[in-house]
Amino acid sequence: MSAGAVGRAYPRLEGREKVTGAARYAVEYPVDDVSYGWAVPAAVVRGRITRVDAAPALALPGVLAVVHHGNAARLAPGSDRELWLLQEPVVHYRGQFVAVVVATSLEAAREGARLVGIDYDAGPHSTVLTSDHPGLYRPDHVNPSYPTDTAEGDFDAGYAAAPVRMDATYRTPAYHNNPMEPHATTAQWRDGRLLVHDSNQGASSVQATLADLFELPSESVRVIAEHVGGGFGSKGYAKAAVVLAALAARQVDRPVRLALTRQQLFGPIGYRTPTIQRVRLAADTDGRLTAICHDAISQTSTLHEFAEQTAVYTRSMYAAPHRRTTHRLVRLDVPTPFWMRAPGECPGAYALESAMDELATAVGMDPVELRVRNDAEVDPDQGQPFTSRNLVACLREGARRFGWADRDPTPRARRDGRWLIGTGVAGSSYPARARPSSAAATARADGGFLVRINATDIGTGARTAMWQVAADALGVPPERVEIRIGDSDLPVAPVAGGSMGTSSWSWAVVRACEALREKLRNAPDGVPADGEVTAEVSTEEEVGGQPMLPRYAYGAQFVEVRVDVDTGEVRVNRMLGVFAAGRVVNPTTARSQLIGGMTMGISMALHEEGVLDERYGDWVNHDLATYHITGCADVERIEAHWIDEQDAELNPAGVKGIGEIGIVGAAAAIANAVHHATGVRIRELPIRLDKLLGLSALA
Amino acid sequence: MQDRPESETTTDERHSSRVSFEVNGTHRELTLDNRTTLLDTLRERLGLIGAKKGCDHGQCGSCTVLLDGRRVKSCLVFAVTLDGRSVLTVEGLAGPDELSPLQAAFVAHDAFQCGYCTPGQLCSARGMLDEVARGWPSAVTDDLTTPAELTDAEIRERMAGNLCRCAAYPHIVAAVRETAATT
Repeated sequence: MSAGAVGRAYPRLEGREKVTGAARYAVEYPVDDVSYGWAVPAAVVRGRITRVDAAPALALPGVLAVVHHGNAARLAPGSDRELWLLQEPVVHYRGQFVAVVVATSLEAAREGARLVGIDYDAGPHSTVLTSDHPGLYRPDHVNPSYPTDTAEGDFDAGYAAAPVRMDATYRTPAYHNNPMEPHATTAQWRDGRLLVHDSNQGASSVQATLADLFELPSESVRVIAEHVGGGFGSKGYAKAAVVLAALAARQVDRPVRLALTRQQLFGPIGYRTPTIQRVRLAADTDGRLTAICHDAISQTSTLHEFAEQTAVYTRSMYAAPHRRTTHRLVRLDVPTPFWMRAPGECPGAYALESAMDELATAVGMDPVELRVRNDAEVDPDQGQPFTSRNLVACLREGARRFGWADRDPTPRARRDGRWLIGTGVAGSSYPARARPSSAAATARADGGFLVRINATDIGTGARTAMWQVAADALGVPPERVEIRIGDSDLPVAPVAGGSMGTSSWSWAVVRACEALREKLRNAPDGVPADGEVTAEVSTEEEVGGQPMLPRYAYGAQFVEVRVDVDTGEVRVNRMLGVFAAGRVVNPTTARSQLIGGMTMGISMALHEEGVLDERYGDWVNHDLATYHITGCADVERIEAHWIDEQDAELNPAGVKGIGEIGIVGAAAAIANAVHHATGVRIRELPIRLDKLLGLSALA
Repeated sequence: MQDRPESETTTDERHSSRVSFEVNGTHRELTLDNRTTLLDTLRERLGLIGAKKGCDHGQCGSCTVLLDGRRVKSCLVFAVTLDGRSVLTVEGLAGPDELSPLQAAFVAHDAFQCGYCTPGQLCSARGMLDEVARGWPSAVTDDLTTPAELTDAEIRERMAGNLCRCAAYPHIVAAVRETAATT
């Protein structure tokens, strides 16, 4: 029978290790004979390397090697050219890694990196995304495999015929993931085998990538990621650090620790592309949408195509007979953008949920009621009923908890001294997906169980959640279960990303535990008489055979802001999110994750901005003093709630994933609240002080 | 628990110094490259990996430790300045196999997710509570003539130098508040 661990608030299993400093991250393992790698970034945007002068660096005591395109081990081309590092004398963007200095100390490696002389033959560059860039093109698909454009009905005719129309363009800047632990690796070669302790979101995929690049059988590569200091998408696949560390370790024939510097995280490991989004909405006079169009523009690099699925959110969120979405891309001389928490949905929801607020104003309707009126039971995109859709329940519950009912919709109607007060709301949605995974469960004669799966805990609480799921699936108290994750020697599992870690991994864990119980059916007390019994499963067939249905989590975000009438300073008084995300495995870690996503939404709306210098061809603010992220003093009152939701069409654990939905819609709710407070509509994030200056003159 | 043989760590004897200081109550005497920070000394020479390198520029707070009882960002402290001084890291906040009340509160309130900023948060909070006990005001203290009351606004302000990208902030505040109230 179920031991009932799922749904209970357990503290994190590794909590003690994390608060005592015992938890080891990627470059913290004791290693004999270790050396240090320091990456050298290109100092031009685009061009050819004409000379590498390693002599000044090599002359430093302690420097062992300068690894560059002229002497590095050859890599197979692989599928991501960002990872084909130190292979050619060509620079594709400023900051691309062109060398690594290896030394016996960090100090020598760092100084050596400064002394490597590199001459370039630099060419002209294009690094600024514009809506009329001559290089705009239509990609074949958008991340990960959505159609580029969609159309239903006749948008142009529907839009032209409607009594209420709104047409606005929203812009978001480049955002940088900035996990607290940089991308970091300890690499060791032994007898042709590669062992890396690496900071990533999926050791199985990093193992596969390294095997490809170094042309090794996958069993010759082991990737360990026991504790990972955050990723937020940027560590979703193998990135530069692990490749550079492996190359460097091969060169000097001894172990290498290599951590990127904070500055080096701004670009080469991916970032959220800037977007330019035009949204057009048409409605009848009672607020029912008749036409929706979302045209999104973003950037990619000359090395690899990454097409942010910015308008995909709009395809399934609200119903209307006439609909169109498009994506266009420009290849710029920039690093390749990549995943950052809710790629696509996050910037897309900022635009659409802002536009819905503008439409509410245009039709004179409450923005909660407008969303309720345009709710959809059938997925407007796929034409099938949603497996569960509790957007309205989230909006209603959020409105009740927040105290939305008495809201005066008039902008700039509330004031408290110098502060203008306003409230805003936004919808939120994120797909509930699952990928195939494998897992193994072992029963021991002493009554204990061991569950093994190469899941990754990047701070989500995955280790604890899988332990709870395993206990229930085995029908034993969790104290009898040991869980092991974060090592490519364990059964292969997909990345912690796309909010599908818990759904994918728990599926395999449940099936492995069921298979083990079946094996032990005739054993007394379900325990082997002696030795061990193991069951290992893969969900490849079962997940692959799941019917394609529209599965989504939903949410509603409510925000109250205050805006200083003189300085334009925006403060978030309170933020409240209500989510419908299937079953919640662990309320403690779930709440933390949702609050974390919402807070990153505050950061997106008010604090973060990659500021590009066109002449320099790079962001000028690439550290945490100049690229601001939300800090402790910025978060005054924040609450995450969820509604009870059962959905039998998901996965055995009934979960939808909660890693990303917390950020979706958050920035729009803040921008909408700022509009309510001030009467000023900011359509270009972040909402900086200077964009609100002059408020007192408006009074 | 030294990671590396000392013979190899000195890159140039003309640019190294003999430094003697205390870490978590243990006397340490090391020959260090003059360029070595306290953070790298802890992590790479002493095997004390609790203090984290998040930015190496004093901007994130992950490397916060206590130096003679005051919180410092150890990435900004050159180890050669430490002669005769005393360092406390997260590893020294409680005895072996124990948790301090602050550490226990962090676990109970889920005041971290990935855990990377956590040792810095803990050391910072420990130093901050001591600053409050000494009556030091913060930027949000209204009345400078009386000891600051440890409101949530005070905790948030005083902990603002320690970034947490997972954004465990409200839980950090709760853990600090509870610790301050019960110890």
